[in-house]
Amino acid sequence: MIKIKNLHANIEGKEILRGLNLEVKAGEVHAIMGPNGAGKSTLASILAGREEYEITDGSIDFDGKDLMELSTEDRAREGLFLAFQYPVEIPGVSNVNFLRTALNEIREYKGQEPISAKDFMTMVREKSAIVELDSKLASRAVNEGFSGGEKKRNEIFQMAMLEPKLAILDETDSGLDIDALRIVANGVNKLKSPNNATIVITHYQRLLDYIVPDFVHVLYNGQIVKTGSKELALELEEKGYDWIKDELAV
Amino acid sequence: MQEIVSPTNTKLSQFRSGLKPTSILFSKETLEEANQLLEKRDFPTTREESWKYTRLTKLANTTFSGSVSSNNFDIPFVHADSYRFIFTNGQLTEFNDGVNARSVKDVRENNLNNISLKNHFFEAINLAFAEDGLFIEIEANQKLEKPIEIVHVSNGNKITNLRHVFRVGRHAKAEITMTYVSSDESNGFLNVVSNIALEDGAYLTINKLQTESGTDFHFSREAVKQEKNSNFTLNTLTFNGNFVRNDVNVFVNGQNAETNLNGAYLVKNNQLVDNHTIVDHLVANCQSNELYKGVLYGKSTAVFNGKVFVRPDAQKINAFQSNGNVLLSDDASVNSKPELEIYADDVKCSHGSTTGQLDENAVFYLRARGLSEKSAKELLVSAFISDVLNKIENEEVLNFTHSYLNKEFGWNI
Repeated sequence: MIKIKNLHANIEGKEILRGLNLEVKAGEVHAIMGPNGAGKSTLASILAGREEYEITDGSIDFDGKDLMELSTEDRAREGLFLAFQYPVEIPGVSNVNFLRTALNEIREYKGQEPISAKDFMTMVREKSAIVELDSKLASRAVNEGFSGGEKKRNEIFQMAMLEPKLAILDETDSGLDIDALRIVANGVNKLKSPNNATIVITHYQRLLDYIVPDFVHVLYNGQIVKTGSKELALELEEKGYDWIKDELAV
Repeated sequence: MQEIVSPTNTKLSQFRSGLKPTSILFSKETLEEANQLLEKRDFPTTREESWKYTRLTKLANTTFSGSVSSNNFDIPFVHADSYRFIFTNGQLTEFNDGVNARSVKDVRENNLNNISLKNHFFEAINLAFAEDGLFIEIEANQKLEKPIEIVHVSNGNKITNLRHVFRVGRHAKAEITMTYVSSDESNGFLNVVSNIALEDGAYLTINKLQTESGTDFHFSREAVKQEKNSNFTLNTLTFNGNFVRNDVNVFVNGQNAETNLNGAYLVKNNQLVDNHTIVDHLVANCQSNELYKGVLYGKSTAVFNGKVFVRPDAQKINAFQSNGNVLLSDDASVNSKPELEIYADDVKCSHGSTTGQLDENAVFYLRARGLSEKSAKELLVSAFISDVLNKIENEEVLNFTHSYLNKEFGWNI
């Protein structure tokens, strides 16, 4: 699905990623953990196409395509989805309106006909149920006046609507209470299939109780320094990151 | 400040030469005053406060041949069924007797109901040279079933001054759509003044749609006087026009009156749109709301100057005023000046002005969901303008707006 090789990236001359390698295959769930400032969100931003980062070395292959050659919108149209850590509030733009535009532009890119209004509304009803998002919220302005939990549920609702191949959840658990966390995680699990993949970026192990990863990676100092099974997350929760830093120092 | 210039050999004297004095029966004093003003001065310069950001140099240097084109072009009508009037290059070419209307030339002096604005340059030009106009009277308690649609067509290199008078009687209700269109090759001068009076409990909505596609100079002014319990709404939608100056003067003369001024403007290329509004609260217990929003492309310029006066003893006034602008280009500019002058002490007034670019984070967010940069920006810009459009109640005006924006700007809203 995605192959990241030796990725180096700067922002304003400061090197954040220093040779990151990661391969995610269809049907897999990968968790990326790591201390603050390790480069987790940078990785998510680069994958989504934020232009303020400069890629100095390395490559990213997304399902046979050079990701770096694609614009942000074309990445989305190819099936890459980023659930934002801080979803943007957009006053005046209704959630469903913008999703219909998004969906139709994706369909047009793939050479498909626009979705009918009826099918679209059916889809909105079905998909908003997955994250227990009130259908009234679905038609309100994008994230405007939403609580933290509603914003994150809205991200997963959008993911459900767009049916991406690869979803990257950037700190989707931050600021969620336990109920919201469960709803969001359930939503992600329901969307899981052998044909898609998920990268979960998180600080904390607790999300991984609900979204069970096949692999856990530790990102530190701009590189993946350790990879393990879901037990690694528990170990990190218990011991923190210092032992990994010590291991590296040896 | 007004400059004293020698009466001959000014740009203004050239502009006036060849223009026929008006045959409308304005009072002698009014006409004298107007002519005297024009005798002793030239075109306004940026040294005058109300022309500070809008240069008239190009107008002053333009010679108008007076020619009009006989090429026809399709007039876009807003309403399927309306009391329709058409002025073509100043001539009344379509008349409708479904309402109490006649040419302003057939109106006696004491019915002209003039709201005189002293020392107002284009008012003076209009008084001195107005060719024609409509006098429309909505009788007391009459509720018009259909809107009145007045189309102003410009198609040539001519100077045209028109003067309308609208009177809405006690508890009468009407809606007037005034459209301004021109052919692509039109490059004339149009100056339309509408004198509008709302009597007790009268209700009037004016939709002003400006889509002139030529390089005309457009000046228009609505001078409004409201009596008690009246409700006046003006929706000014400026979607095209080389040079557009709109003046609105509302005198709120009766208690419990409501005034709504909504404006949306999209300015592109080298176009200029200037909205100058004055709401003058002369008495207590009234409400006024003003919202103007604009989007600027290319090297365009927008000017907004909104003034609200609350006179002494005009207590319990609620006056809100807001102007917002989005600049979609580094070369576009906005001069926005909201002003409040309050001489009463028990009032609730607010004003504000914002000018900025689109939120880049929002653009990125939408693109990350698969929208092209163009669609993302369009969606954000239309959301910005929709605050104003949402206040428009007439479906046909909204439909016209949507289809025009779709055709000319590629918007899908």
